[in-house]
Amino acid sequence: MRALIIEDDAEAAGYVAKGLGEAGFVVDVVTDGRDGLVRAMAEDYDIAVIDRMLPGLDGLSIVDALRRAGNQTPVLFLTAMGAVEDRVAGLRGGADDYLVKPFAFSELHARIEALLRRRTGGDATVTTLTVGDLEMDLLARAVTRAGRALDLQPREFKLLEVLMRNAGHVVTRTMLLEQVWDYNFDPQTNVIDVHISRLRRKIDHGFDVALLHTVRGAGYSLRVPR
Amino acid sequence: MSPGRFLRSTTARLALTYLALFGVSVMVLLGFLYWSTAGFMSRQTDATIDAEITGLAEQYGQFGTVGLVRAIKRRAADARASRGLYLVTGPAGIAPIAGNLSQWPEEAPDAEGRLTFTLEYASELGNAGGGEVNLGRARVFALAGGLRLLVGRDIRERLEIAARIRQSLAWGMAITVALAALGGIVISRSMLRRIEAINQTSRDIMAGSLSQRVPVGGSGDEFDRLAENLNRMLDRIEALLAGMKEISDNVAHDLRGPLARLRTRLESALMDDGDAATYRHAIKATITEADGLLTTFNALLGIAQAEAGTPRERFTDVDAATLLADIAELYGPVAEQRGLDFHVDASGNGMVRGDRDLLFQALANLTDNAIKFSPANGIVRLDLQRADDRIRFIVSDDGPGIPEQARADVRLRFVRLDQSRTTPGSGLGLSLVDAVAGLHDGRLVLDDNAPGLRAILELPC
Repeated sequence: MRALIIEDDAEAAGYVAKGLGEAGFVVDVVTDGRDGLVRAMAEDYDIAVIDRMLPGLDGLSIVDALRRAGNQTPVLFLTAMGAVEDRVAGLRGGADDYLVKPFAFSELHARIEALLRRRTGGDATVTTLTVGDLEMDLLARAVTRAGRALDLQPREFKLLEVLMRNAGHVVTRTMLLEQVWDYNFDPQTNVIDVHISRLRRKIDHGFDVALLHTVRGAGYSLRVPR
Repeated sequence: MSPGRFLRSTTARLALTYLALFGVSVMVLLGFLYWSTAGFMSRQTDATIDAEITGLAEQYGQFGTVGLVRAIKRRAADARASRGLYLVTGPAGIAPIAGNLSQWPEEAPDAEGRLTFTLEYASELGNAGGGEVNLGRARVFALAGGLRLLVGRDIRERLEIAARIRQSLAWGMAITVALAALGGIVISRSMLRRIEAINQTSRDIMAGSLSQRVPVGGSGDEFDRLAENLNRMLDRIEALLAGMKEISDNVAHDLRGPLARLRTRLESALMDDGDAATYRHAIKATITEADGLLTTFNALLGIAQAEAGTPRERFTDVDAATLLADIAELYGPVAEQRGLDFHVDASGNGMVRGDRDLLFQALANLTDNAIKFSPANGIVRLDLQRADDRIRFIVSDDGPGIPEQARADVRLRFVRLDQSRTTPGSGLGLSLVDAVAGLHDGRLVLDDNAPGLRAILELPC
């Protein structure tokens, strides 16, 4: 996996590069916007992490130029804290996801993984999701575990769907808020945790193997334990 | 004020323009007045002369030259009262035959035979006015046999009247211009003085004295309205500045604590010759502390954004009932986990024009508070009411509530009641709700739920 980081803050870029390197990526770091665009065009990356504010050429223009040139490399946009307009403009400009600085590396990692899966998955045609003995029929909107039907509320169904689509990977709380509740807000308290524990009661309670795991300091992961 | 500056001022220019327009109008008016009085008198004279000539022509027609001369003599005798001028003469150089003029005028008549001339009476008796030079207006005819006839009127008096009228009009004109100029200067001076007062206040404010206010005359005119508006603007700016000062004070105070703790923790970890586990523990605690700080910063930015007014283009039609249902759905399990009785009544409905995310955040803050402060087995209610053009989201709990005197304060940033010091929170929740309400032209009402708090987010719909 190859990742391109276009970020003028050397320390932040180094931190992201180190983390992604440890996660198995081959990472290139560019600090200038113009150089970054040239690099992104010339080489074949699996993911590009682009900062909003850059010397030479700003992040929005880079994404715009890439998309105009038909380059579909997934782009994760980094924006300054609280800049709502940037966020909206970034997504509208062709970025696939955004992250507000400062962020935890686990959040960035989870989002990059999700982007890569979205690219290779081709979910649209999938009608059933399976994790271990847990099965979700997207058409019938029914969930069974070991053949036993589970009674889920609509929101719990959606929550489980997102977790199952990202099975084996970490899904962060903010990702869940965005994808399950579709509101961009700061819950301040542990609302997500409460919903997760309710879901956990329904899918794991009474079964020997727990599928829904809490990843400390990051989020949640649905997987069959090794 | 220097004359140059006075002339450059808008008001002086306006006064001069006004003066010019007014002067021209008055001049035209007075000109018409003169034409219609003096001109009328002049035309009247010619008409009288013509009427007399008609009479004399009858005499001439009936009795010939003898009759004419007789009539002239008779009329000349009465001329003192009628101001008439008569003269019948033979060819030039011969003494007058009849009339009250001593000689035929030297001035040449016009095509109609009319002329204005300097006259000389035949005797002192004829001189009515007694002035040095008399002017006459007359019409002359040449009769058969080389006789010449002149019939006219002494117009000295008439000319004097006309001169007096001209004089009066000239004075009137002069007085008008003088008064207009004086008025213009007085008005422009007083306007300039009031503008100068505003300028002075602006300079004082720029020099740092923000408590200064523009003096208001009290007449309620445009200048007063301008002054009032400026003062209101200054009030608002002053309040905003005071608010900002308070915010920065609070931010400094509330962020210094966590930052100091963070620093101390790192420093003590550095001093201890601990093992990796100790360091890890210290670093984790530091990250938690930093996350808390970031959350606070985010909340502050959120409030600042709501207060600055996010662009209205981002506003969409938000279904109030759906919003409340989503909140209930998100927070229901939390309330349940805390063992609370959670009631939701979204029977009211309506669309709110607004920022969906911010409205959700505001309701989330209110609901979060209600859940947080409710006692065990307490009751939290979410209600949606529609009254005319207002939508009311009501979040009520039976917790400790907020004392009446503190209800204004809790909207301020970082203000937390003593009793809530032990509960997690930044003291920014209600500030954000208040800001969001303001952004949507609505308001946040904090009421007594007896016991507990009734927080009402009222929005126009």
